[in-house]
Amino acid sequence: MFKLLEKKKIGPDIWQMKVSAPRVAKYAKPGQFVIVITDKRGERIPLTICDYNKDEGWVMIVLQVVGLSTSRMAELNEGDSFADFVGPLGQPSWFVNAEPSDIRGHNFIFIAGGVGAAPVYPQLKWLADNGKKADLILGARSAEQLILLPELKEVTNEVYIATNDGSAGEKGFVTDTLKKVLLERPEYYNECIAIGPMIMMKSVAEMTRTFALKTTVSLNTLMIDGTGMCGACRVTVGGKIKFTCVDGPEFDAHLVDFDEAMRRQGMYKREETESHRCNIDKAVEESHKRK
Amino acid sequence: MKQVNRVPVREQDPEVRKNNFDEVCLGYNEDEAVAEASRCLNCKKPLCVSDCPVSIDIPSFVEKIKNREFYQAAEIISRSSVLPSVCGRVCPQESQCEGKCILGVKGDPVSIGKLERFIGDWGRDNGFIIPVKSEPNSHRVAVIGSGPAGLTCAGELASLGYDVTIFEALHKAGGVLEYGIPEFRLPKEKVVRQEVENVKRMGVKIITNAVIGKAGTIDNLLDNEGFDAIFVGTGAGLPLFMNIPGENLNGVLSANEFLTRINLMKAYDDEFDTPVRTGQRVAVVGGGNVAMDSARSAVRMGADVSVIYRRSAEELPARAEEVHHAREEGIDFRLLTNPVEVLGNEKGWVTGLKCVRMELGEPDESGRRRPVVIPDSEFIIETDTVIMSLGTSPNPLIAGTTPNLETDRKGCVKAVDENGTTTREGVFAAGDVVTGSATVILAMGAARKSAKAIDDYIRSKYAGK
Ligand SMILES: Cc1cc2nc3c(=O)[nH]c(=O)nc-3n(C[C@H](O)[C@H](O)[C@H](O)COP(=O)(O)OP(=O)(O)OC[C@H]3O[C@@H](n4cnc5c(N)ncnc54)[C@H](O)[C@@H]3O)c2cc1C
Ligand code: FES
Repeated sequence: MFKLLEKKKIGPDIWQMKVSAPRVAKYAKPGQFVIVITDKRGERIPLTICDYNKDEGWVMIVLQVVGLSTSRMAELNEGDSFADFVGPLGQPSWFVNAEPSDIRGHNFIFIAGGVGAAPVYPQLKWLADNGKKADLILGARSAEQLILLPELKEVTNEVYIATNDGSAGEKGFVTDTLKKVLLERPEYYNECIAIGPMIMMKSVAEMTRTFALKTTVSLNTLMIDGTGMCGACRVTVGGKIKFTCVDGPEFDAHLVDFDEAMRRQGMYKREETESHRCNIDKAVEESHKRK
Repeated sequence: MKQVNRVPVREQDPEVRKNNFDEVCLGYNEDEAVAEASRCLNCKKPLCVSDCPVSIDIPSFVEKIKNREFYQAAEIISRSSVLPSVCGRVCPQESQCEGKCILGVKGDPVSIGKLERFIGDWGRDNGFIIPVKSEPNSHRVAVIGSGPAGLTCAGELASLGYDVTIFEALHKAGGVLEYGIPEFRLPKEKVVRQEVENVKRMGVKIITNAVIGKAGTIDNLLDNEGFDAIFVGTGAGLPLFMNIPGENLNGVLSANEFLTRINLMKAYDDEFDTPVRTGQRVAVVGGGNVAMDSARSAVRMGADVSVIYRRSAEELPARAEEVHHAREEGIDFRLLTNPVEVLGNEKGWVTGLKCVRMELGEPDESGRRRPVVIPDSEFIIETDTVIMSLGTSPNPLIAGTTPNLETDRKGCVKAVDENGTTTREGVFAAGDVVTGSATVILAMGAARKSAKAIDDYIRSKYAGK
């Protein structure tokens, strides 16, 4: 069983959870993800790895409650266990396997939107540990949704903040900030790594294309098994079908067919949200009653 | 004079079963099994045995049933197979044991599959335990994958005294038996879990949620985790697509996705959270067991279903019983038909399938007559869901992370002999990962040989030490 060691609320409907999973912790690398099942009736939910500790045998995940399954997961308390916790899945970020000398001359600008801050953290941390601190644009709807800021500051050079309502940092989208940064420091960056909602990654890709800046995104498609068995996660990259779970999740942003990916992501929308709407409402009501 | 006809087996009525996921075939009771067993001629040279990939001593166990010695019958089968309740339900008996039965010349062959199933189920209900032959030794073997190949190899090795650990990527053991073949054909709790438990009772440990190649590699298992040999039984799970326009539209899914949602995740049951979208009109492309399972599952989800297959009824690769059941359940077979494009609406959802008609030409390499397109025969089948069931190939998780383990063009692990010896020392492989998608019993037959080879390998490695 995979015990929930620590649970912390880090934003509205956003939870950070430290889970005992020695095998996953032992082999996890930045860029990879896990699949988590809450209980016997639960779905297999893909979640990015936010942090891990090989020696202590734990993996940190960040959970945003968006529907029935995630709200049930958020109901687990410290000391409870997840039914299943599998990983690490997917390919690690390319730089993990690169020569240190290749990375040192490589200037990264990271972009994290919303809970995209979670998967970006281990990448920034790895780079910092390997002598290459990167810059980061952190975006969210408003100040209270900015997560992991102190941790992120520790492993980056510069952190630019953008919120849609202007409650923290610049008012606007991450792409506005990105444009400014790129204009201020033309030719400086070698690569942009953007992780967040699909629509954000699409906008970033469109912008960096005009700057001819290599851009990597991490796709959060539908998934079931995470081992290449179902094809639910398939995306078109450079005109070819790729399975996000085994070929990705990171791809060259300028080759990804985002419109198709977004459309496919919504395939079960009705089932996952609308038809369960009543259940979610019920669950929320009940949890309020209990409080 | 022996009875010409077999004892009929009770089945759920098609009109009823169309609306549920309960098992279709109800199997024999004791008296029916004894009556059917009594038809066996107990041939001196039993042809049935030679056509069984695991060489079950069929005449002997059938004889025991005839004498109502069910425990002994179970013991005889257990010498060759750890999965009798499974095989009795899913093997293509008509082209194996039953295909060779002498009684089949003039009438029905002995219903060997149904008898095997009867004994498997009897053993479960009466506490039969598979005997372990040898004392435990200290050698450890890692088995990757818990499908029929992995379970069989693990069972054989445990019986020889090895300390065996199975690593399974999914959260439940059983491979295709758990995630692919539907409940109405192969009950999960009653049959699959039970037979997995039997293997565990032999001393085999099963670690689920362990994806080898990601959470540790074969090198890690051999060098750091103390295993003496590795058996790879990771199957062929990677679904193939047709590469026709429109295949990524919403509403097009692989048979594996559809079946995994329904079987592994129990999406047909409201008690479970995983969604499945079946649609009103479903077109299943393909003609194998997987296509039949998808089509029949879709019927049970309430859809109008057609199966689209490019050859004729005679070439349908599915088991005869499945095709028969599918027809009974009202599935429309569109034979000699091949899709060329998936059509969609402006929102990106499937609306139809553009197909061409085919005719059979000269035989191809496989010996089957090659389907050829009839010119100007395009037409459209209206549908809102397309399930692609075109076969599968092995996933690259193991091959991509194991140095010196050679694979062929299709990604299948190369076996250099019939024992599943691979190009990497200490690593053996069998089942779908070697052959590409085949059958449960072929995977089991090959895995038994690998178990023997692993035993020999470890013995010679430690000889004189
Ligand atoms: C829907 C369907 C219906 C079928 N119907 C029939 C039938 O009626 N009769 C019949 O004889 N055959 C049938 N078959 C074929 C049969 O199921 C297969 O030939 C058989 O299961 C192959 O066994 P296997 O052990 O080689 O592989 P599998 O059963 O595929 O098992 C492989 C296991 O390995 C696991 N695995 C894969 N990679 C890794 C990894 N890296 N680390 C750890 N674990 C891993 C997988 O999760 C899986 O559990 C059917 C197949 C399908 C899909
Ligand atoms: S999640 Fe099933 S193939 Fe990727």
